[in-house]
Amino acid sequence: MIRFVAIRLVEIAVVLALLSFAIYVLIGLMPGDPIDLMRNADPHMTAADVAHLKAVYGLDRPLVARYLAWITGALAGNLGYSRLFAEPVWTVLLPRLGNSLVLMGSSFILALLLGLVLGTLAARRPHSRLDAAINLVCFAGVSVPTFWLALVLILVFAADLGWLPASGAATAGVAEIGDRLRHLVLPVATLTLASVGGYTRYVRAAMREALAEDHIRTARAKGAGPARVIVHHALRSAMVPVTTILALSFGSLVSGALVTETMFAYPGMGKLIFDAVMGNDYNLALAGLLLAAVVTMLANLAADLAYGWLDPRVTYR
Amino acid sequence: MRLPAPLLLLAALALACIVGPWVGAALGSDGATVDLLHRLAGPSAVHPLGTDELGRDELLRLLGAGRVSLAIGVAAALTAAALGTTVGLAAGYLGGWTDRLSMRLTDAVIALPLLPLLIVLAALDLRKLGVPQWLARSDDISFLRIVLLAVLVSWTTPARLVRGAALAARNRDFVRAARSLGARVPHILRVHILPNALAPLTVATALSVGDVILLESVLSFLGLGIQPPLASWGTMLTNAQDLIETAPRLALYPGLMIFLTVIACNLLGDTLQHRLDRAAASRSASRGRAAKRLSAAR
Repeated sequence: MIRFVAIRLVEIAVVLALLSFAIYVLIGLMPGDPIDLMRNADPHMTAADVAHLKAVYGLDRPLVARYLAWITGALAGNLGYSRLFAEPVWTVLLPRLGNSLVLMGSSFILALLLGLVLGTLAARRPHSRLDAAINLVCFAGVSVPTFWLALVLILVFAADLGWLPASGAATAGVAEIGDRLRHLVLPVATLTLASVGGYTRYVRAAMREALAEDHIRTARAKGAGPARVIVHHALRSAMVPVTTILALSFGSLVSGALVTETMFAYPGMGKLIFDAVMGNDYNLALAGLLLAAVVTMLANLAADLAYGWLDPRVTYR
Repeated sequence: MRLPAPLLLLAALALACIVGPWVGAALGSDGATVDLLHRLAGPSAVHPLGTDELGRDELLRLLGAGRVSLAIGVAAALTAAALGTTVGLAAGYLGGWTDRLSMRLTDAVIALPLLPLLIVLAALDLRKLGVPQWLARSDDISFLRIVLLAVLVSWTTPARLVRGAALAARNRDFVRAARSLGARVPHILRVHILPNALAPLTVATALSVGDVILLESVLSFLGLGIQPPLASWGTMLTNAQDLIETAPRLALYPGLMIFLTVIACNLLGDTLQHRLDRAAASRSASRGRAAKRLSAAR
């Protein structure tokens, strides 16, 4: 067990080291670079100024040396300054991380609860009309393009009916909880509708497997009613794979929902990473991408561990 | 054997996209002619779905864009299946380091937050990468780039499926018999191992066509996918977003086409999977997929 965790942690560290270098190189291959942007903005800049600036920012040094300088700084907690926001990267990241946690967390809880109910209903009577209907809803959910769903929701509830705001996390100058909640409704609805199908299918499969197990038959034989069998016995075994999704989804809590956040102009991690990549904000894009990768990989490890903790039959080697 | 209904829907969609523009041309209309006097016109006999912001026929544009979107979906899914099969066969049959290395690689691809990384890859300046000028500036480069990116994320499922099938078949008696008769490795792989993987591979490929089309639409919508003069359903939505107040129907049609195509692919995959399950074959496709689904393209 400890050996398993140790090996996995080493693997994660290796993947992250390779990934951080790859991202560092890739970001440098994006169109335009900050010095070019400065030169375009200032016609009086001479070639000597450009060379001087490159020396100041260390851009005249070889790629590997620059990467090593960046990674040692990053490991010491110094992620540098954001070009777009003119603030330290941490100052930019933290509030958006909070916003993404709120958005992703609430839609995740909502989708999971809905998925548990729908999945259990579908698993109780497999191949019934109800099961078929729930199945179709699931397929619709996983097949709909998220940005289009967002567009339709904006069209109906913001543009036509005018019930809800279409963008942002709060009205400027208003600091009420009600206002924030109203801004959350449409993005949370989009994410929930888009993810509930996957959860439902997962719960249904887990529940069907659980209902076929011997201890369920035993419970039934001992006279437990259908509700008790489901809630007390089957749901417990079905929760094993469900907990795995819970842990797997943790990564997306941090990396946010790039498409949905961009559609609703919601200031979260996903939109931040997108804006940073598109705006040549190297430091910010690097930090955002790596933070998302670190948390996702740790969450996957947590999912593996949770699996073994909940189901004693699983062994680690 | 009865044909699955989703397959018929897909075939109808593909046929309309392939034949539609020709029929339009025969009737003297295409999706490219700009007619500024009839911008944003409503449905009429000449333009059954009306016109867009440049007066182009919306129906013919939809069908033309469908060609691009479907071609990307099929091309990427097939390439990914071929690549995944190669890796899977090598990993499953040869075992050892090949196996360990390639499976760690699939783990890493599955564990990463893919959409943000794809956006970086999609935004790369190809000329800085040393791609020759004529290619980097050609009209089709955005098509090739999207197919490549989609292959990059979708080869892992087929690789794992084929590896599983190869592992299971490797020590079966008929394979041992073939080996002891002196059959060479490529022959064994082709004749004895691959047929065992074909059924789950077909399911995974059908599902992956839908996934690729979704991915393409997201990247194109963000401005990082298909570039003009080509158009896909995703790029049509980008244009329509700016006109959502004046002409909401322009935003509805392309999204509906994506939705129909993707749901048909998913239902087709599901139907095939059911038939497979009934034939008591491997179930790993839907499982690996369910977990993967949850993280991708949100």
